[in-house]
Amino acid sequence: MSTSSKQLSPHFKKPLLETPFHARARDLSQVDSFVAWAGYTTVDVFTTVEQEYFAIRNATTLYDLTPMVKYRIAGPDAGPYLNRLVTRDLTKLKPDRVAYCVWCNDAGHLVDDGTVFRLSEGEYRLCTAERQIDWLLDSAIGFAVTVDEVTEEIAALAVQGPTSCAVLKAAGLAGVERMKPFEIGYFSLAGLPLTVSRTGFTGDLGYELWMAPAAAEPVWDALMAAGRSRGIRAVGSQALNLARLEAGFLSPNIDFVSAEHTLRTGRDRSPLELGLAWLVDFDKGHFTGRRALLAERRRGPHRLLVGLDVAGNKPAHNALLYAKADGRREIGSVTSAAWSPTCKRNIALAMVDAPYFRTGSAVWADIYLNRELVWERRMSRAEVVERPFFAPGRRRATPPAEF
Amino acid sequence: MAQQTSSPARYDFIVIGGGHNGLVCAATLARAGRRVLVLEAQSRVGGAAATREFAPGFRVSSCAHLLHLMPAEMIRGLELEAHGLEFAAQGMPTTALRPGGLPLKVTPAGVPGGDAGAGGDAGAYAVYTQRMRRFAGALAPLLGRVPPRLGTAAWSDRWALLAVGWQIRKLGRRDMRELLRIGGMNVFDLLEEQFDSDALKGALGFDAVLGTNFGPRSPGTVLTLLYRMAAETACGEAALSQPKGGLGAVCDALAKSAAALGATIRSASPVARILVAADRAAGVELECGERIEADAIVSSADPKTTFLKLLGAKYLDTGFVRRVSHIRARGLAAKLHLALDRAPQFTGVDSASAKGRLLLAPSLNYLERAYNHAKYGEYSTAPAMEITVPTLNEPGLAPSGKHVLSAIVQYAPYALKAGWQDERQRFSRLCIDVLEAAAPGLRDSVLHAELLTPLDIEREFRIEGGHWHHGELAFDQFFMVRPVPGAAQHGTPMPGLYLCGAGCHPGGGVMGTPGRNAAQQALKGGVA
Repeated sequence: MSTSSKQLSPHFKKPLLETPFHARARDLSQVDSFVAWAGYTTVDVFTTVEQEYFAIRNATTLYDLTPMVKYRIAGPDAGPYLNRLVTRDLTKLKPDRVAYCVWCNDAGHLVDDGTVFRLSEGEYRLCTAERQIDWLLDSAIGFAVTVDEVTEEIAALAVQGPTSCAVLKAAGLAGVERMKPFEIGYFSLAGLPLTVSRTGFTGDLGYELWMAPAAAEPVWDALMAAGRSRGIRAVGSQALNLARLEAGFLSPNIDFVSAEHTLRTGRDRSPLELGLAWLVDFDKGHFTGRRALLAERRRGPHRLLVGLDVAGNKPAHNALLYAKADGRREIGSVTSAAWSPTCKRNIALAMVDAPYFRTGSAVWADIYLNRELVWERRMSRAEVVERPFFAPGRRRATPPAEF
Repeated sequence: MAQQTSSPARYDFIVIGGGHNGLVCAATLARAGRRVLVLEAQSRVGGAAATREFAPGFRVSSCAHLLHLMPAEMIRGLELEAHGLEFAAQGMPTTALRPGGLPLKVTPAGVPGGDAGAGGDAGAYAVYTQRMRRFAGALAPLLGRVPPRLGTAAWSDRWALLAVGWQIRKLGRRDMRELLRIGGMNVFDLLEEQFDSDALKGALGFDAVLGTNFGPRSPGTVLTLLYRMAAETACGEAALSQPKGGLGAVCDALAKSAAALGATIRSASPVARILVAADRAAGVELECGERIEADAIVSSADPKTTFLKLLGAKYLDTGFVRRVSHIRARGLAAKLHLALDRAPQFTGVDSASAKGRLLLAPSLNYLERAYNHAKYGEYSTAPAMEITVPTLNEPGLAPSGKHVLSAIVQYAPYALKAGWQDERQRFSRLCIDVLEAAAPGLRDSVLHAELLTPLDIEREFRIEGGHWHHGELAFDQFFMVRPVPGAAQHGTPMPGLYLCGAGCHPGGGVMGTPGRNAAQQALKGGVA
């Protein structure tokens, strides 16, 4: 039997793949809560969301992000290719640096967001939430560039939290404390090569570790051993989702839907509407969507994704927003909402129509509450506020504090 | 209009390509008082509508060999006859060759009946041609116009769309119903339900697939036939003409007309790329490295060449580039040129018919079988041909007493599986054998043979894919979506860059209409 048929034969019986960390994750899972993510089974909750969330903000956490879709982009035109793909000016991205980017279709609507790693002069890695190979290959027409998906070749682990640097140092990553935000470094751990980037999705101090699948378990074990005295804990997607909302980060299919996936007109979102204008560089030369975005900028956005500070302590999940408490004029809706345990505020991300999206504007959220199967409705005042909700200085401090 | 000065002028427009569309465009722009420079890659103007000497003393039209699509009003308006255009023949007859039988004359006026003619089809043919001409007449106005944009709120676009509907509605209930019935059909089914004569069906079906990537059973071939007929409507009486000096003479006259209106024409100046400044087409760089600036660029090159080679994908959006790269533009028509020692004698063809257009497509199945090969990357073992012997109308194209035969041969696929390098000679011999069967003795009179495959056409005329029409003429590449949405009104996503070639509506053939419409759009400064 050939290797490929060996690999393929169980696939239809068990459609979700297991990541190289799966055996460790299964051992630690107390509530057997797994979710599908990009073709893999991953942990939603290990113990309780609260316990895991507070580990992100107070200690060190491990989060398996292997399912993050990864593309290797290489060739003489790799730089110009990526610069025409994304809205940011990547000519400024030096080797061993990472940039958060978004890319748009011709209409200037968001296809996806992700991070671009410049691994060397002519080799990049693009990490995205969803598979994009068709868009990436179409974008490669006319460029001397190769695009290959390498998701299965690379195991990835996020190490996030205020003590994360100390844990990595204790594990033997000498010099990791000198890494600046968005920097890439090369280390070895348990005798295995390891690529580290100072990046993350928590808005806190943190790192992401990239390694061969065979290195996954030794690295996990070494980190768990080194972090025992610093409160290390594995976390699932739910705790991460709370942390990312505090950090004001967008989540695909929650805060926006890829323009390549929407079916209904008007459901696409531009980076200007998503409050990502800072990622759009109109002066860098042409990129896909530039002309449409210029026209949109001239016209001014019709709506904007903003942060909300909602009165009370009931999260405004999926709430419709109104101009006044009378609930007559609908002006938007909430995309993400939570009670922020760290900010002690009732926060939300919401898409709000002009002109109500201006910071300081008051809007009204129609919140539905299910109290032991009895639905109640509450019209809560909310104020448009700046994002992020939580941005501790330690996320940028170099070197990070000792623990 | 200011006189041209010898100092390097600053141009309002640069027109890339000095073929018929480029020259019509340049002439139209120059007439509006703009400073225009035409850049032609070859040593003389003409593009694919050129006349070439393919053997010492033997001259022939390089691609198309008949003029039947250029509107009479354009020929008059640009005073082409004052600029030297003469016709060696006009209103040329069409004859369908029947190997082993007598040929069939097919003219717009009718076909002969009886056993020697089209049998009992003469009456049906009269009904058919009248109806098809009414349909063509209804569609003809659409060919002259810039297509509307879809999905805009502009009233001009809505009116234009309504006008399309009104043209069809105006036909009356019976005709409209019939047009809607046959509009999406294949020409095989249409002709099968009207006629019995194989020769007649073959000849009529041939015009539906000439220069296309279709066989008679391919969907949409009634549309291509109606398109051709509609375009011919604008030609008036002159339909099917042979310009004196070959098709190149048309472009020579166009060049003189454009120059008289003030345009500057430079030949042997191939453009390497379109220069962009501040997100606007601002000039061109020639292959020799020279840079020339202009306020706007109009390209008569095919859309793929214009966007992907001359401009570059980096200046365009991904979705647009995807659409451009998906344009179907692979040529299937080859051109055969024979230098002959004496006039060919086609069996049963009288001297008047021999001066006209001879079709070798004895039946629809013959055509479809010829196409079958092409589908699988092979050339037809029994190809169909449109044949002219231009020296019968203009002896000066060859040395005294000698003759030239010019044939469009189908099907010869661009991407021949076996590669044209090795197969060119074999296909050329095969074509001569096929002609020998229709004109015994022809083979021995061949002094020189030249075969232009789509690959040669691509190289020589810089048409990506070697397709005569710069892109398949089909429902999905027609009117509002020709060549692609976002560039169907001659303006392109790149400000200051316009398309004026056959890749635009109304399309290929030596027509000139895309050039004229593009000039009008460019003068308005419209963008996609």
